[in-house]
Amino acid sequence: MTLTRRNVLKVGAAAAALPLLGGKAFAQAEPLKVGFMLIGTVNDNGWNFGHAQGAKFMKEALGDAVAEPTIVENVPEGPDCERVLRELAQSGHKLIFATSFGYGDYVIKVAEQFPDVKFEHATGYQRSDNVATYNARFHEGRAVCGTIAGHLSKTGKAGYIGSFPIPEVVLGINSFVLAARKVNPAFEITPVYISTWNDPAKEADAARAMIDQGIDIIAQHTDGPAALQVAEERGIVGGFGQGADMVAFAPKAQLTSIIDNWGPTYVESAEAVIAGTWASADRWPGLKEGEVQIGPYNASIPADVVAAAEAVKAGQIDGSFNIFTGPINDHTGAERVAAGVTLTDGELLSMDWYVEGVNPPA
Amino acid sequence: MTPELLVAIIVTVVGASTPILIAALGELIVEKSGVLNLGVEGMMLVGAITAFVIVFVTGNHYLAILLAAAAGVATSLIFGFLTLSLSANQTATGLALTIFGTGFSALAGQGYSARPVTLLGPLFPAEIATHPMWRVLFGYSALVYFALIMVVAVWFFLKRTRAGLILRAVGENDLSAHSIGYSVIGVRYLAVMFGGAMAGIAGACFPLLLTPQWAERMTAGRGWIAVALVVFASWKPFRLLAGAYLFGLVVTMELYAKAGGGPLSAIPSELWAALPYLATVVVLVLISIRRDASTNAPACLGKPFLPAN
Repeated sequence: MTLTRRNVLKVGAAAAALPLLGGKAFAQAEPLKVGFMLIGTVNDNGWNFGHAQGAKFMKEALGDAVAEPTIVENVPEGPDCERVLRELAQSGHKLIFATSFGYGDYVIKVAEQFPDVKFEHATGYQRSDNVATYNARFHEGRAVCGTIAGHLSKTGKAGYIGSFPIPEVVLGINSFVLAARKVNPAFEITPVYISTWNDPAKEADAARAMIDQGIDIIAQHTDGPAALQVAEERGIVGGFGQGADMVAFAPKAQLTSIIDNWGPTYVESAEAVIAGTWASADRWPGLKEGEVQIGPYNASIPADVVAAAEAVKAGQIDGSFNIFTGPINDHTGAERVAAGVTLTDGELLSMDWYVEGVNPPA
Repeated sequence: MTPELLVAIIVTVVGASTPILIAALGELIVEKSGVLNLGVEGMMLVGAITAFVIVFVTGNHYLAILLAAAAGVATSLIFGFLTLSLSANQTATGLALTIFGTGFSALAGQGYSARPVTLLGPLFPAEIATHPMWRVLFGYSALVYFALIMVVAVWFFLKRTRAGLILRAVGENDLSAHSIGYSVIGVRYLAVMFGGAMAGIAGACFPLLLTPQWAERMTAGRGWIAVALVVFASWKPFRLLAGAYLFGLVVTMELYAKAGGGPLSAIPSELWAALPYLATVVVLVLISIRRDASTNAPACLGKPFLPAN
């Protein structure tokens, strides 16, 4: 069930009236109500679509143990999200997923007022007794894409459309470039930040601006397929789907895709709440757990390149390969990570520097 | 910078400017009749989803543009009925129309988000339309030339035709126009419908000209830019053309500068984002210095027509 915010209000009003009718007695037998708060629409074919698919997976996996999940779309990262969180908590949702970085402060604030409700904040870093954080190691997928880019790019130049220069985006760029430079040491990338998650026309124009200036591979950390469509139209080497398989938009240009698979995480959390074993934690699964998946490879990619990409994927799954193991130089060429040293999760999550091969934006 | 790159930049600038120009031309006529319709963004979104669905179903881009215009007219009639027939507050109704258009287009677009369409191709034959240099003149789809023709047409209509004079009279002094026998409400309905049609076509530019997909809220605030441009241009069509292309130039140069390195890329993105607004402030200051031009706003703008019976 996809609810508008107005409907949530109605549900909230109905739930608020329940105790008056003596409803507390049967509250225990009720299925677990799980709420999801999204920054965009479930129809974005990317990030938010992925979370909605995860919610659906959870309902299918747990059946009658959970109620039909409540999904509130288009909630801005501001005071409005605090209201939505409170309405969800007041209407009987005992597990609430807030799926955008900027919700963090509000989640902590509302969680204090509802100690019996469990909150989970995607891509966040602030936790409390009833607030957990979770994320996916998308950068592992970026390393697979970067390997392909390093092999296939003729100009050795790639474009990368970012939303905002936050650590998660920087991490993806660095992972992509490190992987590409293992194949082609002269590979370089120019990130362009467009200051929005969803403005498809601007994404397309950014892709045009990059292609007109000589890149032949494009990657993006925004929520839609606009850049891939431009890549298809211009006939460059290609690009990568982000968040979901976008092959329908770019059958020739999509080389492969990074697919978000939140379903297992959501099942795990809901089961823990039902069993009463839920505890605040920070979870960061990746390729190994299947939370990050690599979509089908384009048939045009030569077999040896597919093999190289699969090797990077397999190495990250069995732990034999880590893209952030030194030596790593920063963009000025100075050594940042010594040989044999691997960056910790904390260092990855606060990454604010670019590796060698990135032309840093102003 | 090579000539080829210069041409490529111009082509992108023209694309980015076109929907804003078309929507603003419609709003200019609406405001010249004395009506302020802040629902441009909503009407554009209705036009965008209509164009997308029609292209997806029929594959006919021109039918899509036509029906997007019709959908824009239908949406504008909601506004027209409330503000003209019922004399509702124009500002509040316009804002409501934007909210309605956003929600309606999202509802109608459910199930269309994972589906690609094709862009409207260039109007001229491929030999000149894809030529590395000549495409600067001939490489565009019909929507771009339509926008430019409409600039001249709107100017000619307002300055050189009797109907344009009546429209301006209604916008400057509705009671006088009424007293000499013109239907103020009728003229304003026609103006609002024209604004709706143009906003619908402007919306159609998104899936047909810029990015061949449907995404909720894909106009991303450009309807508001169009409304602001009308003031920026002090209700003059050729200034509107300059303003729209200037805006397109600034937003596009930001992307080319960032992607290409060079001296321009040293400008922080925050400053790029502020440039159109800085330009607006400068223009408003210049207009204010020239006293004679500052009175260019239609005198009845935003006021409901309430004749003493």
